[in-house]
Amino acid sequence: MLIVDNLKASIDGKQILKGMTLTVNPGEIHAIMGPNGSGKSTLASVLAGREFVTVNEGTVTYFGENLLEMEPEERAKEGLFLGFQYPIEIPGVSMVNFMKTAVNEQRKHRGLEPLSASDFLKLMREKKELVEIDSKLTNRSVNEGFSGGEKKKNEIFQMAMLEPKLAILDETDSGLDIDALRVVANGVNKIKRPDSSVVVITHYQRLLDFIVPDVVHVLYDGRIVKTAGRELALELEQKGYDWIRKEAEKSDETWTVKPK
Amino acid sequence: MDSETKIDERYAELFRSRIEQISAGSAPFINSLREEAFGRFRELGVPDRKSEAYRYTNLEPLFSHHYHDYIIPDAGDLNYARNFECEVEDLDVHNLVLVNGFYPPNGGALKTIDPGVSLGSLTEAAVSQSEVVERHYGRYAASDEDGLIHLNTALATDGVFINVPEGVRSEKPVQIVNLVRSEKDIFVQHRNLVVVGEDAEATIIICDHTVSPNNYLTNAVTEVYVGANARFTLIRVQNEHNKAAKLTHTFIHQERGSYASSVNITLHGGVVRNSTYHHLGGEGAHANAAGLYLTDRTQHVDNFVSVNHAVADCTSNQLFKGVLDDVATGTFNGRIVVRPDAQRTRAYQSNNTILLTDDARMDTRPQLEIFADDVKCSHGATVGQIDDNALFYLMSRGINRREARLMLMFGFAHEVVQEIPVEALQRRIDTLVMQRLRGELTRCASCMMRCRESVQ
Ligand SMILES: Nc1ncnc2c1ncn2[C@@H]1O[C@H](COP(=O)(O)OP(=O)(O)OP(=O)(O)O)[C@@H](O)[C@H]1O
Ligand SMILES: [Mg+2]
Repeated sequence: MLIVDNLKASIDGKQILKGMTLTVNPGEIHAIMGPNGSGKSTLASVLAGREFVTVNEGTVTYFGENLLEMEPEERAKEGLFLGFQYPIEIPGVSMVNFMKTAVNEQRKHRGLEPLSASDFLKLMREKKELVEIDSKLTNRSVNEGFSGGEKKKNEIFQMAMLEPKLAILDETDSGLDIDALRVVANGVNKIKRPDSSVVVITHYQRLLDFIVPDVVHVLYDGRIVKTAGRELALELEQKGYDWIRKEAEKSDETWTVKPK
Repeated sequence: MDSETKIDERYAELFRSRIEQISAGSAPFINSLREEAFGRFRELGVPDRKSEAYRYTNLEPLFSHHYHDYIIPDAGDLNYARNFECEVEDLDVHNLVLVNGFYPPNGGALKTIDPGVSLGSLTEAAVSQSEVVERHYGRYAASDEDGLIHLNTALATDGVFINVPEGVRSEKPVQIVNLVRSEKDIFVQHRNLVVVGEDAEATIIICDHTVSPNNYLTNAVTEVYVGANARFTLIRVQNEHNKAAKLTHTFIHQERGSYASSVNITLHGGVVRNSTYHHLGGEGAHANAAGLYLTDRTQHVDNFVSVNHAVADCTSNQLFKGVLDDVATGTFNGRIVVRPDAQRTRAYQSNNTILLTDDARMDTRPQLEIFADDVKCSHGATVGQIDDNALFYLMSRGINRREARLMLMFGFAHEVVQEIPVEALQRRIDTLVMQRLRGELTRCASCMMRCRESVQ
């Protein structure tokens, strides 16, 4: 469903992604790990359509379409969802109104009638239970005054409301306590349909005990330098990124001597 | 003679030539204050831009325009008021209509609404409830810098009087619809007096509204006394047209332990200047001043707020927000004065404006004068565009850019709208704000009221 090919992207002229390649098939769960600043959130931003990231080279194909040409809201309507590493607080915009507008925009896109007020509230109630989020939160303004963990839970609540085909969850686990982590992970597993896919960006193997990945990638300095099964996460947990760094540098050298 | 002197002369002449008529239609006590007030006006004049408080609002063109004065109410206008209805759904209020500043004496010039609560014409009250009026009238509307307040004291004949006696909690709000209506360009003055006794409670909604398309200039003064432990809320909704100029001066005097909130919602008007003064004169009192201004084209909205912490242990909060489009301009001047005895004062202020174009302009100025040492004060002002991060967040959920922008502006404005404690009115204002932001409305359609005459 998603093919990222040799993606190079920069922010303010600074090269961040340096030839990313990634393929996600329907139904798969991918984990992307990697040291701070390696470009994980930048990749998520490019996929979701943030303007401040400039794509310099490469292609991103989503269900056969050129994703990079789509507006952010079109991507969302086509089933792409980004769980933000730092969700934004929007005072004055109520969660209810926000979700009602989002759900109905997506329904319109699929040629469906908007939900009636009572059907919408029913849907809210169902999804709130699924991710065990308190009504006190969903009755407030978007993320306003939410704790770090509550904001992350709210991302998963939104994911539950929108039922995406491809969800990219950027460090949804950071800031969660042990119980909340389990709830959020279970939520993701319940929301995921057999043919929908999830890309989790995380620093911790712990999350992957709950959301079990098919593939684990290591993103290092703007490039995926290693791809393996879930055992890679365990290895990283024990050994850190040093050995990856060495391997990557070694391969860098081999690349520099390669004739063009 | 320069133009300022010429203007001052013109209004002085108005006073001299009309004082007999004015006095004849008014009450002895109110008349007794006119000469002195006129003297003060002669000293101060109409404020020009050298005056700190009017630096960004040019009154000259407004005052040099030739208006007819409106000293004696026209019977036709008063009849019109009688038939006027406000149509905000589910708004349960005691309704009162002023036309060009006059109270139409239908069913008595002063009526009793709740036990002991009087509502009606100020002129009438100055005679029949002279004791209350004399204790409060002219006591709070004092200014050493604004000649317009004295001009009002010198010229005003009528307006609304509300008296809520000690201990009475008047649950139903009073709505004053302030209509300006005339075939001619007119200059209107009126004066309101509100007395909320100890432990009493009152909510007042003032709707400023024009019903014919002429040039108008209104210079209105409202004095409010809020007794010890009393609660008072004043909501002002302004919805006039591009040729209307509205200058309001509101003085709220607060006693010990009282709570007073003033909320100004400016949806439309040519030139609008709202001066709001909260005087915290008793310990443990709280003042809340809020305002919202949505302007486009060449409109200008100026909010001047002055919170005076005269004694210890009071708190105050100012929240003013606006969205300016086209070449609209706005001003916010927020003054916090903390007197030497006002220890343990807590005073906060914030002013945030969104400019939708490069040509819209906002001048914002905090003015903190702090003479006590144990004080917590904060102020913040932002002038900018819609937050890109917030916009992207909404769009990333499938909401298109236009709708997302509207939601953000609405949310931005809603923070002020939610200061309106009357639910039906809050809902209505939310709807109007949304329609206004969508640009779906002509002024008339955006109106709170449905008048029988429509105005272009
Ligand atoms: N808006 C921006 N302006 C300038 N530089 C940026 C911006 N956003 C990210 N960067 C830079 O791009 C690089 C990659 O950042 P990114 O957020 O993608 O890293 P990350 O892998 O998600 O890190 P973390 O694990 O800490 O979340 C960093 O060096 C960062 O400073
Ligand atoms: Mg990141």
